[in-house]
Amino acid sequence: MRIAVGHLFPDYLNIYADRGNIAVLTRRAAWRGHELEVEAIGAGDELRPGAHDLYYIGGGQDREQELIAPALAALGEPLREAVSGGAALLAVCGGYQLLGRAYRDQSGDELPGVGLFPLHTVAGDRRMIGDVLLECELEPGERRTLAGFENHAGRTYLDEGAEPLGRVLAGFGNDGESGYEGCRAGRAIGTYLHGPLLPRNPWLADWLLAQALAQRTGEAPSFEPLADDLEAAAHEVSAGRARTRGGRY
Amino acid sequence: MGEQADTVPLMGFRAPLSAEIALARAAAGLSRLAGAGGGTTVPGKLLWKLDPGAVDRLAARLPLGAALVSATNGKTTTSAMAARILAPVARLAHNRSGANLVSGVASALLASRGAELGLFEVDEAALPEVARRLRPRAVCLGNLFRDQLDRYGELELVAARWRAAVEELPGETALMVNGDDPQVGDLAHGHAQATVFGLDDPRHASPTLQHAADSKWCVRCGTPYVYEAAYIGHLGDYRCPSCGHARPHLDVVARAVDLHGLEGISFELETPEGSSRVELSVPGLYNVYNALAAAALTRALGVPLESIVAGLQGFSAAFGRFERIALGDRTLLTLLIKNPAGANEVVRTLVAGDPPHVLLIALNDEIADGRDVSWIWDVDFEPLLGSLERLVATGERAAELALRFKYAGLPEDAIEVVPELDAALDRGLELTPAGAELVALPTYTAMLALRELVAGRGFVRPYWEEAAA
Repeated sequence: MRIAVGHLFPDYLNIYADRGNIAVLTRRAAWRGHELEVEAIGAGDELRPGAHDLYYIGGGQDREQELIAPALAALGEPLREAVSGGAALLAVCGGYQLLGRAYRDQSGDELPGVGLFPLHTVAGDRRMIGDVLLECELEPGERRTLAGFENHAGRTYLDEGAEPLGRVLAGFGNDGESGYEGCRAGRAIGTYLHGPLLPRNPWLADWLLAQALAQRTGEAPSFEPLADDLEAAAHEVSAGRARTRGGRY
Repeated sequence: MGEQADTVPLMGFRAPLSAEIALARAAAGLSRLAGAGGGTTVPGKLLWKLDPGAVDRLAARLPLGAALVSATNGKTTTSAMAARILAPVARLAHNRSGANLVSGVASALLASRGAELGLFEVDEAALPEVARRLRPRAVCLGNLFRDQLDRYGELELVAARWRAAVEELPGETALMVNGDDPQVGDLAHGHAQATVFGLDDPRHASPTLQHAADSKWCVRCGTPYVYEAAYIGHLGDYRCPSCGHARPHLDVVARAVDLHGLEGISFELETPEGSSRVELSVPGLYNVYNALAAAALTRALGVPLESIVAGLQGFSAAFGRFERIALGDRTLLTLLIKNPAGANEVVRTLVAGDPPHVLLIALNDEIADGRDVSWIWDVDFEPLLGSLERLVATGERAAELALRFKYAGLPEDAIEVVPELDAALDRGLELTPAGAELVALPTYTAMLALRELVAGRGFVRPYWEEAAA
């Protein structure tokens, strides 16, 4: 089956090897007989709710985020509509911040957000840099870990009652204090974790693909497992790095 | 370097060698005896702790002053080329093994008694501090690419620090900048003694901007640049369609570039004093930039064109950057990889030569390598897949590297994960036919370890012995 992916601002938001995430989604879909079609969505482009099954938005440096924030905010309404209509989404680092309500940078200027995630972000003085390990439970009873790398000055504060992506086992997380990382809103996932995230956490790639297919067919398929020995080895090393040298509160 | 030397003010006095300096020098000997990596930075670190101002005083003793080289990519090679050019005219204090923080500069100063001229490659983040302390007579700035974001922070931060450092430079300091890099070229703006170098040969332009291009947006107004030619990443001939900000006029230029695979390159070096054909025995377009930077720097130090050309042509390789080592009946070719832009050029050079069937890639994640290994996903390794039959992935993050190639489309049975470097080297050599060459692409600490490993087998001298030779 064809899975339509809308990649938001790939020219501007690609700082943490975001194309690695796309490569993993593409290959793992293909190994299951599905074809990922990735379309770049940039400034001035139209975003039609229902046209994509999955959205991806990566991270950028401050300057790039400033340059595209207004154009991204202009796509806010159709993007929110697409996700509330059932499209899956993965937002990493800067993209995660910009999908919140607002981002206040170091000079105190506020960048408008998309308002898709119930959170806001304030730039802090010290960057939170290091390996991270999370425990997540996206499906009830299925606890999985995510290993990645974080590098952000922003402190992200979730609204009361908002659902984080996971609990921080090692590392800083959203704000270095709450003990939580990322945000989940239905089929949308936002996180600071790069590395990139999906190669060493293929279960999340499969979850996103299943959600994207669910948008198309009405039901999330259960995939046959793939030979993920290399992925498991990479996950283990990365998780070990987080435990021994991840950021500390 | 007659004329230039006369313009260097004679020192009114020489600061006495303090007890701390003597102590730090003794530490260098001790650390070599203890086998701690040749004592490259131990004495400098000690001195830096005991008396930070001693670095300034040691540098002030250099009768011909100091020259600094910084860039994300190519600073070690550029300085090594400049050292080769300068060797016949001045005794150098030079941090040739790449220890490029203040402590590394201090170590080089300590180790070079009787040096006349300081030639230091400087870490991008350390440049402001080193420039403040050394008051250099020349500063050469090559390029800024995304590199080790976990250590340096965002590119913009480094660029802002460089802008501040350049503003603080004494007016008489010669400044050489790469005009092909929008951020770096812009630093010439407003500095009286600025020389701009760059490449002008659209035949070698990439058809599109590479994925690793960083400064793609106008430094003045943020509009995407239009490129007449993009050579490496965002380096090229650019113009902003909105405000008109464009590549500055080039003073020192490379034209008519010919690439000869892994064997070398040649180009026409144009300077205001004349031009000359240069034949280099190191490969790749990136080495044209390094040679240009070295030429611009040594020209500013008063070296005549023919001596610059002779020095460049006599240059073979910088430490670990492009080294061929004979290992019995096979050779090991080592090319350092450390960030997307640099690694892309290594890949481009390998593919343009005789593309390897077996490749040893070593990925470590120590501080000097970058703890965040995500950069390997921004490297365009894909052109290697056409010929690659076997990848030996090694280093602390070998599995991550294996994934990079798996998701690029290399069949899993063509990938061997051998985290231990010595076992991986053996495996790579085993896969290499007698008489053939094994290509190894290590990150920085893996390169040091690989060199040590090969030296331990008696094939190459440790670099501190070479330095003393």
